[in-house]
Amino acid sequence: MIDFEAPKPIAQQSFALTTVAENMMRPVSRYFDEQEHEIPWDYINFMHMAMRATGAGSLAPRKRKPKEGEEKKKYPPIGYQSLAFLLETLSWGDVGLYLCTPGGGVGAAAIEATGTPEQKQKFLARFATDKPTFGAMAMTESQAGSDTSAIRTTAILDEETDEWVLNGEKIFVTGGHKSLVDSDGLVVIWATIDPEAGRAGMRSFVIEAGTPGCQVTKLEHKMGIRASDTVSLVMQDCRVPFENILGSPEVVRRPRSKTGFKGAMQTFDATRPLVAATGIGVARASLDLVKEMLAQQGVSIRYGLPRQKLTNIEREVIDMEVMLRSAWLLVIKAVWMADNKLPNTREASMSKVRAGDVVNRITQKALELMGPIGYNRDHLLEKWFRDAKITDIYEGTGQINRLIVARNILGFHGRDLR
Amino acid sequence: MYSFEPSDEQKMLIDAVRRYAQSDLRSKAHEAEEECQLPASLIEKGWELGILQASFPEECGGFGEHSAVTGVLAVEEMAWGDMAGALAVMSPGLFALPIMLAGNNEQKERYLPDICQSEWQPYTAALIEPHFDFDPNELRTTATAKDGGYLLSGTKTYVPYAGNNECMIVYATLDGSTQGFILPKDTPGVVISERQKLLGINALPLYQVDLQDVFLPAGNHLNGRDGQGFASILDAMRVAMAAIAVGLSRAALEYAIDYAKDREVFGVKVAQKQAIAFMIAEMATEVEAIRLLTWEAAWMLDNGKEDASVSAYLALTGATDMAMMVTDRAVQVLGGHGYIREHPVELWMRNGRGIAMLNGLAMV
Repeated sequence: MIDFEAPKPIAQQSFALTTVAENMMRPVSRYFDEQEHEIPWDYINFMHMAMRATGAGSLAPRKRKPKEGEEKKKYPPIGYQSLAFLLETLSWGDVGLYLCTPGGGVGAAAIEATGTPEQKQKFLARFATDKPTFGAMAMTESQAGSDTSAIRTTAILDEETDEWVLNGEKIFVTGGHKSLVDSDGLVVIWATIDPEAGRAGMRSFVIEAGTPGCQVTKLEHKMGIRASDTVSLVMQDCRVPFENILGSPEVVRRPRSKTGFKGAMQTFDATRPLVAATGIGVARASLDLVKEMLAQQGVSIRYGLPRQKLTNIEREVIDMEVMLRSAWLLVIKAVWMADNKLPNTREASMSKVRAGDVVNRITQKALELMGPIGYNRDHLLEKWFRDAKITDIYEGTGQINRLIVARNILGFHGRDLR
Repeated sequence: MYSFEPSDEQKMLIDAVRRYAQSDLRSKAHEAEEECQLPASLIEKGWELGILQASFPEECGGFGEHSAVTGVLAVEEMAWGDMAGALAVMSPGLFALPIMLAGNNEQKERYLPDICQSEWQPYTAALIEPHFDFDPNELRTTATAKDGGYLLSGTKTYVPYAGNNECMIVYATLDGSTQGFILPKDTPGVVISERQKLLGINALPLYQVDLQDVFLPAGNHLNGRDGQGFASILDAMRVAMAAIAVGLSRAALEYAIDYAKDREVFGVKVAQKQAIAFMIAEMATEVEAIRLLTWEAAWMLDNGKEDASVSAYLALTGATDMAMMVTDRAVQVLGGHGYIREHPVELWMRNGRGIAMLNGLAMV
């Protein structure tokens, strides 16, 4: 039965999240945008405490004690749906600060999607301890952005010690500093075990904080999301135990299996709608502020009028509402499919394509509509304009996601449509 | 709790409508457009699917309950086959649904069982008016109380089947709001034009209707909700037209995909060119997004949500742009062939432009 009602637990967390966004994020948005690389510990510590208390942000199934005499009812899975709402609301608060939210992030998502039960136990437990802990994922290299088959970081098995030896350099690692330097976290690194094999040689490895031979070498200065750190990592004979390779041993032993690369792609099916959700949050923040500023000037939007009778501002705002809502619904459908274990590659990439477009269109339009006021740093509109752009770049550019949607719809393999 | 899965009953209905849309509507669409005529047997077959009849409870002669979601799902499939055909089959709903939503008990008893239990009959409604800033909430057609009834004056356009209608609803401004009136055929003062010729949907017979001091008894006024029923009528029209746009756009998208996978260019299929593949990815994303927006609006209407009217309005706004974007690109994907009338995409592009102007020609 088609239903657009948010699940009750999600609706219940919404008010608290908005309160956090309004009180813990917005007041310091401008400060952490301008003090790039300063770590927002107040926010981090608060969120860590709050999330531990409420279980928010965890993909673990909700456990509820049944009341006396009540049969234990199994609540349908809503982990990814809850996360999408969490991310959207926190990004409405401030997407740069949201990216500093303690937890496993995309690194944990990769472990969750492709790790064995033992690996999940070993690596994910740290995110539930007293101290705020971070996780990140490192894929991009200077010569390998969207074309991940060009990855040159190598992982060679030292059979004597049963260790993987990693060598190479990763760039654009979101949250890499917090994961390896500021906390006892981890980074999931993509490397090849067979450089001749292209994608078939790709595997992912967990490097824990404090592992010798892995250094954070550069903190980037960015257009937006400045509260979040983006770093380069260098691995020089960095040794990790054999069991830090993600996936089942069988996958690991078959050197030319494509399963390793597919693991990365499965991770994206889960994380792309979530990244899309962060973009939706920024877009909604901008649209809300535009409507508020217009209302202060006595301009209200007359919904229901034929387009020929609307003012230009009304048309723009209405178009923004259509874009925003329809993009959000794509996100919800994609995470609903993920929760229900339905194959969602197409929907995940569609939601990312749409969100990337929409958040840029809306933040750009918001500035235009507000004229000289929008361009001024007195307001956050110009910040959100800068924060928005990354949505269409990370976790697969808009173009890569178009390629994925197109291949999926056309029934093409990579070789058919390059 | 979110779900994007239609119920089993809805799936059965969708399957039945899809079969009809494919084997009947789609296969006759080109000829019907060229000859400006839909075969009566085609319309009757669509009517027998019972989409409208299932929207009415038993006491009104139907066998279900009103659901905008179910209506939207069915109409999307119909319009996938052919927009003009879909509008024709659903035309009696333009008369029956407003009576259910805004009529009084006498009116419901008099008309609904007969419409539900008979063959398809040319019942219709007149909403749209021929001026550029036409606004359904500010109609120029007026109703004035007189002698225990109402005098109606004004001009209506795009009225389906007005030429041989059984009965139509005419919308007019009364006391500052839009209200509906039942206009029986052959009422004095009504002048029906020659059949209109449009950019698209030419298989559907449309007429201009002039009303000059047309007297209607008070019993013909849809006053079941004190004349406040038009908002819900307009909502139901908007989601229906949005669903038609989704069906039409999906048809264009699928046709473009099939063509692009078949057509060779520079030694590969044209779909293997990113320039084309990206267009298709964007078209598909657009259709999926607006489809969800339409479903949500329909769901909000069914569940009496506060912002349902705004959602229906936004859904139609999005659907209008989607229909133009997707059908335009479908023609472009086919290139020169898209411009030739042997392929359906040029008709869909002409029909797609109509979504904005033709709201009022469908209802769920």
